[in-house]
Amino acid sequence: MGAVVDDGSRFEVVSREDFSEVTYLLEIRHPMMARAARPGQFVIVMAHARGERIPLTLADFDRAKGTVTLVVQAVGKTTRQMQQHCHVGTELYGLVGPLGVPSAIGSAKKVVCVGGGLGVAPIFPQARAHRASGAYVIGVVGFRSRSLMFWEERFRACCNELIVCTDDGSAGIKGFVTDGIRHALERHADVDEVVAIGPPVMMRACAEATRPRGIKTVVSLNPVMVDGTGMCGGCRVKIGGEVRFACVDGPDFDAHRVDFDDLMARLRRHAVAERAAAERWSETCRMQRPPEPPAEEPLPLPDPFEEVRGG
Amino acid sequence: MARKKTIRTIPQARTPMREQPGAERARNFAEVACGYSVAEALREADRCLLCPDEPCIRGCPVGIDIPAFIARIGAKDYRGAYDVIAETNFLPAICGRVCPQETQCEAVCTVGESLEPVAIGRLERFVGDAALAEGWLNAPRVAPNGFRIGIVGSGPAGMACAADMAKAGCEVTVFEAFHLPGGVLRYGIPDFRLPNEVIDAEIDNLRRLGVRFECNTLVGRLFTIPQMIDEMGFHAVFIGTGAGTPSLLGIPGDSLNGVLSANELLTRCNLMRAKDFPEYDTPMPLGRRVAVIGAGNTAMDAMRVCLRLGAEKVYCVYRRSRAECPARAEEVHHAEGEGVEFHWLTAPVAILDDGKGGVRGMRCTRMALGEPDDSGRRRPAAVEGSEFDFEADLIVYAIGTNANPIIGQTSKLRLDKRGYIETDAGLATSMAGVFAGGDIVTGAATVIEAMGAGRKAARSMKAWLGLRDETALAGEPAGTLFGIDARERNFARIRLA
Repeated sequence: MGAVVDDGSRFEVVSREDFSEVTYLLEIRHPMMARAARPGQFVIVMAHARGERIPLTLADFDRAKGTVTLVVQAVGKTTRQMQQHCHVGTELYGLVGPLGVPSAIGSAKKVVCVGGGLGVAPIFPQARAHRASGAYVIGVVGFRSRSLMFWEERFRACCNELIVCTDDGSAGIKGFVTDGIRHALERHADVDEVVAIGPPVMMRACAEATRPRGIKTVVSLNPVMVDGTGMCGGCRVKIGGEVRFACVDGPDFDAHRVDFDDLMARLRRHAVAERAAAERWSETCRMQRPPEPPAEEPLPLPDPFEEVRGG
Repeated sequence: MARKKTIRTIPQARTPMREQPGAERARNFAEVACGYSVAEALREADRCLLCPDEPCIRGCPVGIDIPAFIARIGAKDYRGAYDVIAETNFLPAICGRVCPQETQCEAVCTVGESLEPVAIGRLERFVGDAALAEGWLNAPRVAPNGFRIGIVGSGPAGMACAADMAKAGCEVTVFEAFHLPGGVLRYGIPDFRLPNEVIDAEIDNLRRLGVRFECNTLVGRLFTIPQMIDEMGFHAVFIGTGAGTPSLLGIPGDSLNGVLSANELLTRCNLMRAKDFPEYDTPMPLGRRVAVIGAGNTAMDAMRVCLRLGAEKVYCVYRRSRAECPARAEEVHHAEGEGVEFHWLTAPVAILDDGKGGVRGMRCTRMALGEPDDSGRRRPAAVEGSEFDFEADLIVYAIGTNANPIIGQTSKLRLDKRGYIETDAGLATSMAGVFAGGDIVTGAATVIEAMGAGRKAARSMKAWLGLRDETALAGEPAGTLFGIDARERNFARIRLA
């Protein structure tokens, strides 16, 4: 590029926590964004000047500290690169947000907040906000096993009830988050809203779990996007047969009207190129970084068909 | 001027501008049109008759004193030529490249009545490039007037408004949602038409005027327009947020992978440098056979980008005929020279699925032109039974954009029925101190129209702030682009470099 130097926006990582081999938390200094952020919103991150723009849903924001929090799963080239390079004191090249329409909070009296896989962290601000607005909040979080769990105490602090689901039964109930939803709905006939964030397969399963009872269900969609500001149209999704743009019309949509098949097909757009980038990146990093990602997880792409467990 | 020039004494033919040959340039991103050499510029400058009625000045949206700058070129005073242009236009290297001169200044050129018109745009570019190469900049030294101006969007409208307000002595901050400034000049117009270095240089010039750029800032979401006025201390705000979501055809197959908007394709390629994938991380949807739907300037850019990315075939599919095509003639000519295949009077009816979520082709129908419609262009109608299929693996929609909803969602600004911001003739919005211009007001238009809007809004903004005396000016041409004009009294000009 040429002589253009942007006017000093740099986004410092002020804390980091590793939840597992693939999941890590980054807390980034951005007082203005911390003030503006609302539950349900997302950001677009550029790790470095040659990086791609990746959308990530905000996992938290702290107005007093002036920070925003991202919980990232290392699944593609950029997120793995960030896992390796983003330590306390380093900076992200680009961070724009908060993006998207904030979630509607305040009308529901009893809410089930469901997070699975990459959706566990972003469901947290929703649960907290629903609780703060006076709702009775039932949290349902799903992990593959106990060792991958995080933020249990945070969820316990803001939920009236918490149902932990693990695939292997090593913590909470054995089963998927949809089992957790069933448990919650059996005990509470008066749930008036379910909010679910996670892989598309999981969100679809949640939609199907609530559809027979006609409970209002909201999901947060995370399709491929470039600008995230309503210009490129890459994030178009079908809602009740109509085209909507997740970045400016969403990311929250009525789960019962989302065309999940369309969403999942569109998420595979760049599968080949992403795989190539991740492979190439692994190649070049092998020399510097002996411990490779676990062999049983060859190239975990942002896989829409990821099982309901996640975590 | 020893003897008077006449139409018979001037060089009869317009001086051609050297271009990279079609076959060669279609495979690289270097600039297509190479610009005039000094000798070529002198020859072309000699074609200007310096006629007394100067129709070209009135043909220019910003009123550049065209005969004066051409005369300076003729006198080999290139710096003087730059000074003349800089009176009214701060960005000659950009305008000389992307303005549709053939419908503006050159369309009314006196020489053009009997010969080809003087190549005003090429001469402007010659001067603009010389200024960038030499580092010339005419910046007025202005006593700060204490006013703080916020500009939303760093595209051509925002840049134009920022330049004018900075020259009037205001403290100007431009907010950009992307990580680099320039707006559509950066993400939309490809390198081979407008090299990044030119944008960088013009942005740097704005910085030298004191303009600050804040990237990674989405106004409306990080803070709102009312907050800018009420809490952040801006005395006036200009909104030039540009294009919104792309129009889609609403035909079967719209959402297949392999169907994308021209803006997405161009943003990936130009701003995100996906053309250099995997050096850069952003992936590019590559097509072997690409069909671009639409025939505006954006469509031409998209097609020419696809050729350079290695497509074997690039088709332009347009439902009207060549005569109605909204792109600049020069762009169509360039696209043709590079091997784009044009299918006029052809409209898609369905995108065909390859069974794996991608595209295998497109079903089209032939069209025939009927009576003129609201736009004055003849309305195309499908010819019954003329459907046919052809093979393509990437479909690019370049059929226009809709209003971006973010400002509307986050402020009480009055919008029109289609969601664009409503303004009065002076581009003032329904909120006091807030002005708007460019695509967010008019819908998709050209770079120079956006610049013109930015300048117009700057004039209104200055009037609103009490910075200019409108009455002092009765009868003079309606203001100038980026220039200093007689109605502004509080500065003296200096030369930098």
